Amino acid sequence: MAVKLVFLGKLADLAGAPEKDVAGPLDWPGLLDALHGALGEAAQGGKVKLALNGRVLADKAALSAEDGDEIALLPPVSGG
Amino acid sequence: MRVVRLIERSFDPNAEIAPFAHALPQSGGIASFVGKVRPGGGVEALELSHYELLTLPGMEALADSALARFELDGLLILHRVGEMRPTEPIVLVAAAARHRRDAIQAIDFAMDHLKSDAWFWKREKRADGWHWIEPREQDHADLSRWSA
Repeated sequence: MAVKLVFLGKLADLAGAPEKDVAGPLDWPGLLDALHGALGEAAQGGKVKLALNGRVLADKAALSAEDGDEIALLPPVSGG
Repeated sequence: MRVVRLIERSFDPNAEIAPFAHALPQSGGIASFVGKVRPGGGVEALELSHYELLTLPGMEALADSALARFELDGLLILHRVGEMRPTEPIVLVAAAARHRRDAIQAIDFAMDHLKSDAWFWKREKRADGWHWIEPREQDHADLSRWSA
């Protein structure tokens, strides 16, 4: 078991893959440690949102994920 | 009646509208909108990606808010994901209502939300490769029409 990270939109390009497993538990500083370079900078930007198990977090710093959870990193949507 | 689906392959909007209309014979009118991949501008393909845990639930919530806001007999929202070619349909919204204005406005409402507030990420393929599309200010201005 692990925490699954899902990268949407251009964040998947920055990550080099659409998904990544990291060891849990995972909080916001822990997530940033798991993201390198431009991906980490993008995640900290105000326009990127986080969802935990399909619920968008109002405050990214409040992230608290356990093994088996799924965190999505959501850049601004470009519309249908 | 509420039908909301994500579609992974090319689809025929007319073949979807017909059974929807047939299922609602008592409606006084049915309005529909089909959005297509616009030809030109050097775009060879368009790709829409989505997120399983948010995109369809968000579209279902949008349909529910349209059904609550307008007097409708039924609402159909179908949206493509994956790779599309110019002229292919991307989205179909159809609304059936007793009176025309509710049907027409429900479609306008649904489209403004789908264009700016739905969980889709879009990239275009041009001669030099793929490019992610950034949000458009106009789409956010269109959305604000409904918040008054």
